[in-house]
Amino acid sequence: MGSENGNGKPRRLALISSKGTLDWAYPPFILASAAAAMDWEVGIFFTFYGLPLLKKELDAKVSPLGNPAMPMKMPFGSEGFQNINWPMPNLLMANIPGFETVATGLMKKMFKNKGVATVEELREACIDMGVRLIGCQMTMDVFGFDREDFVPEAEVAGAAAFLAYAADADVSLFI
Amino acid sequence: MADFTVNTVLDCKGLLCPMPVVKTKKTINTMAIGEVLEMISTDPGAMPDMQAWAKQTGHELLEAKDEGGVYRFFIKKTH
Repeated sequence: MGSENGNGKPRRLALISSKGTLDWAYPPFILASAAAAMDWEVGIFFTFYGLPLLKKELDAKVSPLGNPAMPMKMPFGSEGFQNINWPMPNLLMANIPGFETVATGLMKKMFKNKGVATVEELREACIDMGVRLIGCQMTMDVFGFDREDFVPEAEVAGAAAFLAYAADADVSLFI
Repeated sequence: MADFTVNTVLDCKGLLCPMPVVKTKKTINTMAIGEVLEMISTDPGAMPDMQAWAKQTGHELLEAKDEGGVYRFFIKKTH
């Protein structure tokens, strides 16, 4: 095996996923699936707004509001048209009903066109490769989630349990 | 041509990161030790990613070819 640290143990990645929008749902699942594909042990701790990413049915959306770095691009038309970055003032977006739904649809279409897997596919790949998906008990209590709301592979634990896992990690990231 | 025989071909054309390495891992799992996988990708990131993947997993990257937008990787399962 190649993916060992100096102690002869497999490398370990410990991620905290704290954001539940569609754009921020990608990084933890991408990193986790890539690491698991390299024979690393991987655990993701889903806390605060990241917790809904454990739900059986994902409904992550993206909001361009207050997200000034997000490029607004169209997933159709000629290449030149697709490369235009549409200047959309935040104030304008806030006033258009359904803008979030439109932006979510555009992002999903753009990702699909470019060959990016869906969040569902990435999460499924993580589960297949044994990535530990750990829900934050405290967030569940605060936001009113039940264990049954989550995929059956999810575990539930608290900060201390995750830190104990992360203490032996080679890479730890807060997302 | 190199002196090995390809046992399995995996087409990852059109897929972006991290799917080429994820699919490579899944396919390698189904193969026998010593067999060779040919993975084909159009992801420009696949070249550094597959080199890192081979280094991390310990499987042997026999050959990596850049054919101008199409990348071919020949990987021998070692364990």
